[in-house]
Parts: sequence; C-alpha cells; structure tokens
Amino acid sequence: MKTSPLGYLDAAGMRAQHILPLTWFTLSVSIAVCLVIAVLLWVGVRRRRVPSGVDIAGIAVERGGDGLPWIRVGLLIAAVPLAATLVWTMVVLAAVARVPANPALVLDITAHQWWWDVHYSGALPPDEFETANEIHIPVGQPVLVRLHAADVIHSFWVPKLSGKTDVIPGQINQSWLETEQPGRYLGQCSEFCGYQHAHMQFEVVAQAADKFAAWRAAQLEPAAAPASAQAARGLEVVQLRCALCHQVRGTSAGAVSAPDLTHLMSRRTLAAGTLLNTPGNLAGWIQDPQDLKPGSLMPNQYLSAQQLTDVLAYLETLR
Amino acid sequence: MAEVVLSQPQGLPVGPIRRHGIGWWGAGTLIASEAALFVYLLFCYYYLGATNPRGWLLEPSPSLTLALPNTLLLLASSGAAWFAERGIMHLKRAQALIGFGLAFLMGLGFAAVQVLEWRAKSYPLGLSSYTSLYFVTTGFHMAHVVVGLLVLAALLLWTALDYFSPRRRLVVSAGVLYWHFVDVVWIFVFTTYYLTPYLGFAR
Amino acid sequence: MRAPDYRTPRTGIDSVEHQGKLLRMWETAPGIKGFFSTVDHKEIGIRYIVTAFVFLGLGGIEALVMRMQLAGPNLSLLTPEQYNQLFSTHGMTMIFLYASPILSGFSNYLWPLLLGSRDMAFPRLNALSYWIYLASGIFLYVGFITGNGPNDGWFNYVPYASKQFNPGLNEDFYALGMVFLGISVTVGAANFIVTAFRTRAPGMSLNRLPILVWGTLTASVANLVVVPAVSLAFFLLWMDRQFGTHFFDVGEGGHVLLWQHLFWIFGHPWVYAIVLPAMGMVSDGLPVFCRRPLVGYSVVALSTVATMILGFGVWVHHMFATGLPDLGLAFFSGASIAIVVPSAVAVFAWIATIWLGRPVVTTSFLFFSSMILLFVIGGVSGFMTASVPVDWQLTDTYFVVAHLHYVLIGINVFPVVGATYFWFPKITGRMLDERLGRWNFWTMFIGFNVAFLPMHLTGLLGMPRRVYTYDAYPGWEALNLLTSAGSWVFAVGVLLFLVNILRSLKVGALATQNPWDAPTLEWSVSSPPPPYNFAVIPTVASRHPLWESRLGEDQALSSLDRGMLLDSGKETIATSALDAAPDMILEMPEDSFAPLVLTAGLSGLFAGLLLIMWTVVAIGAVLSAAGLLLWLWPRRELRERASAAEAAHG
Repeated sequence: MKTSPLGYLDAAGMRAQHILPLTWFTLSVSIAVCLVIAVLLWVGVRRRRVPSGVDIAGIAVERGGDGLPWIRVGLLIAAVPLAATLVWTMVVLAAVARVPANPALVLDITAHQWWWDVHYSGALPPDEFETANEIHIPVGQPVLVRLHAADVIHSFWVPKLSGKTDVIPGQINQSWLETEQPGRYLGQCSEFCGYQHAHMQFEVVAQAADKFAAWRAAQLEPAAAPASAQAARGLEVVQLRCALCHQVRGTSAGAVSAPDLTHLMSRRTLAAGTLLNTPGNLAGWIQDPQDLKPGSLMPNQYLSAQQLTDVLAYLETLR
Repeated sequence: MAEVVLSQPQGLPVGPIRRHGIGWWGAGTLIASEAALFVYLLFCYYYLGATNPRGWLLEPSPSLTLALPNTLLLLASSGAAWFAERGIMHLKRAQALIGFGLAFLMGLGFAAVQVLEWRAKSYPLGLSSYTSLYFVTTGFHMAHVVVGLLVLAALLLWTALDYFSPRRRLVVSAGVLYWHFVDVVWIFVFTTYYLTPYLGFAR
Repeated sequence: MRAPDYRTPRTGIDSVEHQGKLLRMWETAPGIKGFFSTVDHKEIGIRYIVTAFVFLGLGGIEALVMRMQLAGPNLSLLTPEQYNQLFSTHGMTMIFLYASPILSGFSNYLWPLLLGSRDMAFPRLNALSYWIYLASGIFLYVGFITGNGPNDGWFNYVPYASKQFNPGLNEDFYALGMVFLGISVTVGAANFIVTAFRTRAPGMSLNRLPILVWGTLTASVANLVVVPAVSLAFFLLWMDRQFGTHFFDVGEGGHVLLWQHLFWIFGHPWVYAIVLPAMGMVSDGLPVFCRRPLVGYSVVALSTVATMILGFGVWVHHMFATGLPDLGLAFFSGASIAIVVPSAVAVFAWIATIWLGRPVVTTSFLFFSSMILLFVIGGVSGFMTASVPVDWQLTDTYFVVAHLHYVLIGINVFPVVGATYFWFPKITGRMLDERLGRWNFWTMFIGFNVAFLPMHLTGLLGMPRRVYTYDAYPGWEALNLLTSAGSWVFAVGVLLFLVNILRSLKVGALATQNPWDAPTLEWSVSSPPPPYNFAVIPTVASRHPLWESRLGEDQALSSLDRGMLLDSGKETIATSALDAAPDMILEMPEDSFAPLVLTAGLSGLFAGLLLIMWTVVAIGAVLSAAGLLLWLWPRRELRERASAAEAAHG
C-alpha cells in the first residue's frame, strides 16, 4: 500500500505530514461508525425478525417504545468525533494554509494542456531559468510555488508532500513544498483539463543542498555546442522543426509554447510522465506523439530515418 | 377533525374566488423562481465588480437622463395596472380598460426608451464582462417586460370581452402581480447598474 | 345556466353509480388522443418512472464501457475523447435524467394517493413537466449520439467548456439542454409545492404528512430557488460561446470561479434534492415492514428540512482547493461537518424503528434496510471530505468517486428499487416475485459493494478521477479489476430487476388492495387505483389512517368510506395550508394538448438556438406563446371567468 507513488497514506512533506494524522483519524472514525451501524442493523434485523412465510398482515402492529432515546444517545455519541474533527481541522488548516514568509526558493509553475512549465527565479535575470515537468527542490527548506494557468484549470498535487491547489486562469494561487527526505515524489494534475488530463504528471526531486546547487548550476548553462558532425546536423533539424514551439537555450530555438529542451536529458521522463526518457522512447515520441499521447499538442514529425538519428544524436548531448 | 368535516359541512367556494385560489399560489411560486434568477444575475454583477481591479466599471457615473424617468414610467404603469385591477374589483369595466391600456402603453414606452438607452451606449455587448453583464441583465429584464406586455394585452382583451367579475378575477390578479414583479425587479436592476456606482461600488 | 359560486359539498358513502359517474368524468380517452393529452398524475408518474429507468439503463451501459477501459492499466478500447464524452454523459444522465426524474415519477404517482386527493394541483403543468423532461433528454442524447455529447464532466468547468478550448457543438448541446431541462424541474417543483400545501385531504395537517411528502416538498422548494442558478450559468456559457460575451473570460474581466459558484450554489442543494425524497421512501416503507410507526416522526421531518437549509450553505466545499481565503474555508468546513447531524437523526430513527419493531424480511425491506448502511458509508466519506485539509488530498481522486456512488446508488437507487417492490402492486395490480427479488437484491448489493468499497482504497492510493487510462502503480491494477468485475455483477442485479418487472407484469400474483397491510391512504384504494383515486374524499385524523384502530392514535377516527362525494364535475378539494381544513372545491382541467404543443414549441426554440437559425427560433417562440395563451385562456368550466353581468345575476 505504501508504495503507490500517488498514495497519500504515507507522507514525506511537511504539509502532507500535518494532514496525514487527521486523515487517519477521520478514516478510523468512519470505519468504526460503519462497523457499529452494520452490527446494529444485523442484530436489529435478526433479533425479532418474523419467520419467513408468515403473512405480514398476521403480524400485529404495535406502537412500541417511542425510540427517541436512540436518537438522543446517538447524536450525543456522534457529537464527540464531530467536534474533535472540527477542532483538529482548524488546527491543521492553520498549520498548512499559511504560505511560508521567507521561502528559500520561489518557483513560478505554469500549467499547460498537458505539461508543467517551471520557472526558477533568481536575484538577477542571469540566475533565472526554465525547465519542465521535473521540479528540483532543496531538502529542509520551504519552497513557495506560485501557480499560473496557461489555458484551462488544472490542479497542482504532490500527494506525498502536499494536498491539491487548483491552478486557475486569472489568479495566482500559492502552494508550498518542504521535506526533510531526499527523493523523487510524483505529482499529478488533479482537475480535469481535457484529452490528456491522465498524462499530466511531474516529479518533485528533493535533494541535499549541495546536490541541488550543482543541479541548478548545470541548468543555468546554455546547451553545449554540438561536438560531432551528426549532432550538428541534428541541431539544424531541431532549429528548423522543433524551434517552432520549443526552446534550446544557446541556439536559435527560442519558442516557449512547449517544454524547454535545453537540458532534456537531465530529466527522467518525457511528455509529462507519459514515457521514461530512453532513446527508444524519445525516437517514438518525436515521430508519433499522437499515438503515445493522443490529442497532445505536439504534432507527428515524420522525420526521415537519417534526420531522426541526427536529431537523437543532438538531443543526447542536452545533459 | 373527521367529525367536524362530516357533521358540519359548510359552503365552500367553487373554483377561485377573488385572489383566493391555487392559481395564486402557482403564480407566486413561479415568480419566486424568477426572482431567484435575478438574484443570481445581480450576484454576477457584484461578484465580478468586487473581484475586478478599478476601471472595470465602464461608466463610473452612469447617465440617469433616460434611465430615471424611464424607471418612473415603469412604476407608473404598475400603478395603472393596480388601478385596472381595482376597476375589475368594483365592477367598473371602463376603469379597468383604461388602466390596462395605460399600463400597456407605459410598459411599451419603457421598452422603447430602453432600446434608445441601449443604442446610446458607447460600447457593444462583447467589449468586457461589464458590458456583457449590462446588456444581458437588462436584456433578461426586457424579456420579462415583453412577456408582461403580452399578459397585459391579454388582460385588456379579456376585460373587453367582459370575462371578469369582482369574484372571478384570479387571472387578473395573477397577471397584475406578475407586472408588479417585473417592475420591482427593475428597481433592483436600476439600483445596481445606475445607482451603486454613485455609492462607490466598484468605482 | 350558471353554477353557484358557493356550494356545500354533499357527503355520503361510495356506491357503484357514484363510481361510474366519476369514471366517466376522470377517465382518459383511449388511443392516441388520450395518450398525448392525458393529465392523469398516475399516467404521468408511470411515464416519468419508465423514462427515468431507460436513462438509468443508458447511463449504466456507459459505465460498463468505461469499466472495460479501466479494467486494466493502459488499455486502449476508447480514445481519450470518447472516454471524456462517456464519463460526462454518464454523469449528466445519472444525475439529471435519472436520479431526479425517478423521484419526481414516484412522487407524481404517489402524492395525490398519499394526500387523499384526486390529482396534483396543476395537472396540465404536470404533463408539461414530463413532456419537457422527455424532450430535453432526447435533445441531450441527440448530442451524444452525433458525437457531440458533453465532454467536460457533469459540472462542466470553464474555461475548458468555452469555445476556445471546446469548439464543437458538445457544450452547446449540453448548455441549451440543461436550460431546457431546468424549465421542467422548475414547473414540476412549483406543482409539488402547491400540491403539498393546498390539495391534501381534509384533516391531513402538516404533522400528518408522510415523510416522502416532506422529502419531495423540501427538495422542490430547494429546486425552485437553485435551478435558476444553473440555468443562468449554462445560459451565460452559451452566450460566451456564441455571442462573444465575457462572463467567464479572464482576459476581459470575467471570472472562471463565477461558474463554479453558480454551479455549486445549485449543485449541492441538488444533491440533497435527489436523496431526500428517497430517504422519505425509506422512512415511510421501513416502518410497514417493522410493524410499527416510524421512530421520531417529528425530528425526522424537521431534520429533512434542516438538511436542506444547511445544504444551501455548503456549496463551497466543492471548491476547497481553489485558493479561497482561510476564513471562508473554515466556515464552509464547519457547515459541512454540521450537516452530518440531521443525517444522523434519520439513521438512528431507522435503526431504532428496526430494533423496536418486528422486521418482516421482504425484498423491499432488504433494499430499505441495506440503504441505511450504504447511506452511512456514503455519509462518513462525505464527512471526511468536509475537513478542508483532508479534502485537499481526497478531492478529485477515486475516493470521491466512491463517495458519490455510495450517495447516489446507496441513497437513491437502492431506495428506488425497494420502493418499486413496495408500490409495484399498487401501480400495476400485480406483485413482484419475491424469490427473484432475493436474487435481485443480493446480486445488486454484493456487486455494488465489490465495485465501490475497494474504490475508496483506489482513491487513497492516489488514483485521480476522470483519467481515461492509468499506469500500473502498486495496488491500482487489482483494485480496478475488482471494481470492473463488481460493476458487471451489479449490472446483472439490475437486469434481474428488469426481468422481474417484465415477468411480473404478465404473470405476477394479483395484488390485493393492501398487500403489505400498510397504514397510508394509497392502500385504501384498489390496486391499481381508479382514475379518480378516491370515490369519496377521505378525512384524515392521524398519521396512519389504516392503522389507527390498532394504534389507538388519540382516539383518532379517519373516515375513508364516507366523505365528500364531489361528483358534480371533475372536482377535488382544496384545503388550508397548515391544518388542511376544507377551503374550496377545485374544478380540475380536462385532458389537454396544450402541454404537448408548448413542449413542441419550446423544442423548436431550443433547436433553433442550437443551430443559430432565427426563423426556427421565431416559429418555436410563436408556437410556444400560442400554446401558452390557449392554455391560460380563462375557462368558464374552471370558474376562471364569469362576467360582471353574470355576477350581478348570481
């Protein structure tokens, strides 16, 4: 049970950890209530049931007791967990609803049909960069997430770290992430957003401070110049074909309507969690995204075999 | 209870008498539902007005030149309808005919002026959420005015055909109630669109 | 000749000549003419029930197809668009075209019989309500069949529903269809309200109403004031799509959350509207099989009303994740937790009724009593989502899907099937088969729980709702397969229900007047009831007119055989709102084509709006106006008119 990457019956982040005991409490109360009611029903029906085959009109109608004590006692007992839940809810709400005043990092995340753009701000423009679908954060520090919608409503959810915050056009909602445990945490769009709502995932990678700093430094770099002739031919195709939508910093490909490819190979998955980032998957994705993720805004490319090998050779260098 | 009903049967009205009848309840429930519709329309205005930045209100000082007299005209037509109903109640058919005729004409006048008011606006329906709200809300009201005019015309016709007496006039009372409703709703629409900007809402 | 304005109704006892006289006045004409013009509430009720069950079948087939797609990970039986239209149409069908109309159907059929009246307050409005329901259902399904079904879920959030992201006719069909259907719900609600307050049998004061009447009355009051919210929302959406308005368009000062507020102001009360009458069925049916009156009648009736009042104040709990201010969250969270209390009252009342009674286990009883458990399961999962922080994890996962199916199937379908077993003899004159009934119950009960109980866990393991496919994460695969398997078992159960109905219609045992020895007025007339329901208007002196000699209720003495005859026309009695004292003699309308004509006009109007063909719109509007004018034309026989001259002579 604990291994489902989207399950929230175990928690790794501060917000999720605040919520989890309350979830278990309400869940336990709920199960207990169901069991008690089931037993009461079962016993109640069997206790004085009329043997089958007896005509109903033959059973005398009786007023019996007025039964109101059942309702009174029942409500009194019910009031206890209700009141406890109400108080506990307010306590947890106070703990998790307030965004941190001094976040170590501020991320601007823009949800698109069907991927996530991640913008890392810095003190100066050169310290800023874009990436997509994979969010790295340092452990032990609060990270503020500002949520922007590029098109329709989406919802930002990393179950192990934090509950959902909707991403709504026209307003900037805020969420925050903080965890002590390094690791990869799966995120998922959780408000229906069209054809590929199912394939709109992302990952949060929590890293020790030094590793995070190294990753960040690497991401700030532009793409390396192609080292081989084949890669150079690949770059040409990329600038001709992919540049209509994608950006590869350091080249003439500078469009921003699709995921930034500058460090594509540093990411674990493709197409917002649809595929693992392997050379075979990448080739298949470039040629036929409509088969792998029908309705995706990426059109099929129909590259020649040569072009495809060249492009793959180039993309391979984007580390 | 049983004994009462069975032992002392009393004279009961047959069918609707005066305002007394289930048709009155039917008209009341449907008007309640219509009123709710306008509550939601006005909710849209206040919600968008409250959530938008300044400048959303395209007319911070709406012109009352046409709207205020027109409002009074509509209220006067309500008075005329009331006058007509009194005519039916007191067996004065001429009074009823004059009342309904006047109410109809004044309602028609209101609609005509409202069309002028629409034309005088410098913005189209699709400019912003404010313009959409303005035209759709007043448009919804106009649709109710049109229905109300049809009702008044029917009452005028039926009165001319001498259908009603002081006792048998539920239809008249229900129709007049509807016309009062259309007028009362306008007071809310008018207050919202023409007066609250002066009170500072969304300005 | 002029009928008098006042009359003292003749009282007397039933006789064969009297019945013959009433029959001639009340019977619907045979053949096509009668079929299209009838205003008999029983006929209309049966049509509502049959139509709603057809939609239940359609929605069920849609569900089964989806469960095939979801039986395993990464299946590709359906394209994403097909899946999206299927789940949206499934929701629309079950919530709008089944769950509410089925209850309207039962209430339509039963109310006058429960209330001791000869028909609803406005029989023609009743027919109109049905015809529009049928027409709007067809309208919506024409969209689905032509590939233009809704594709944004039943709550249809903008901006995905706006033209920019959804250019097809899908959302136009849905928007206009819902506005159309809204007319049916609204006029139906108005009719129920007036019927409940004004056409009860003499003596049936408010504290003697069956709980089913309380449930439908409460739901109707709610519908009357909240349906305009959703009709408006859909209309504004259509304006945005077709005429470039900007209500929901962020770029021009619109707000996408405006949609959510309007929708849920309607949506949450609506959820109560489609369970409260069903809870009323249980409150009325269960005691019959426990051989005692319901425990805590007054508190149950009050809690019905209280649920709805609180229900108006909880809509924001559907919007907890939208970034609202903390204070608002706290308020709506508290209100949503508090709403558990009135529901708990009903549960304890039912359980106490069983404990203090002598349960006779029939199929009907099984459905009613098992509903209590399903209600509690659906209730506690709802209570969990009322806690804002917990909801931030639970919402939009399969946990919520499980919750809402426990609510809708548990608190609507199970009571409705139970009610069918209970009232089928009254409606058709034949009993449903009890042996097949047991099979029917256990297959449905087991299938339902196998399908939906594990789904809570699927949700806790993080599976988001509304995904057309999923990866094989640990736990998901087996749970989804189990759910799919359970759904098939459940479907077999529903099929057995259908078989039982079709078979029993032909060969079921003949039903007596009161096969369950039940206490309320509908069981005092023949099965099926005559067109005029009651040959003499009953006079009611207690909550249980047919049990009162055995219960000794306040030495009550209801009079069923002797009462007002009301046979000088198509007449019934109107009574005062609270105490039900006789108030006036109502002249009831004859069968009429006006409702059908008006529906045809409105259908044309909406079809024209869909296709933006103004000529068609105009023709539809003129036809509607003409139909309405003819309908409302004051009629002498209904005593809507009498000239001053006549009055002077009278």
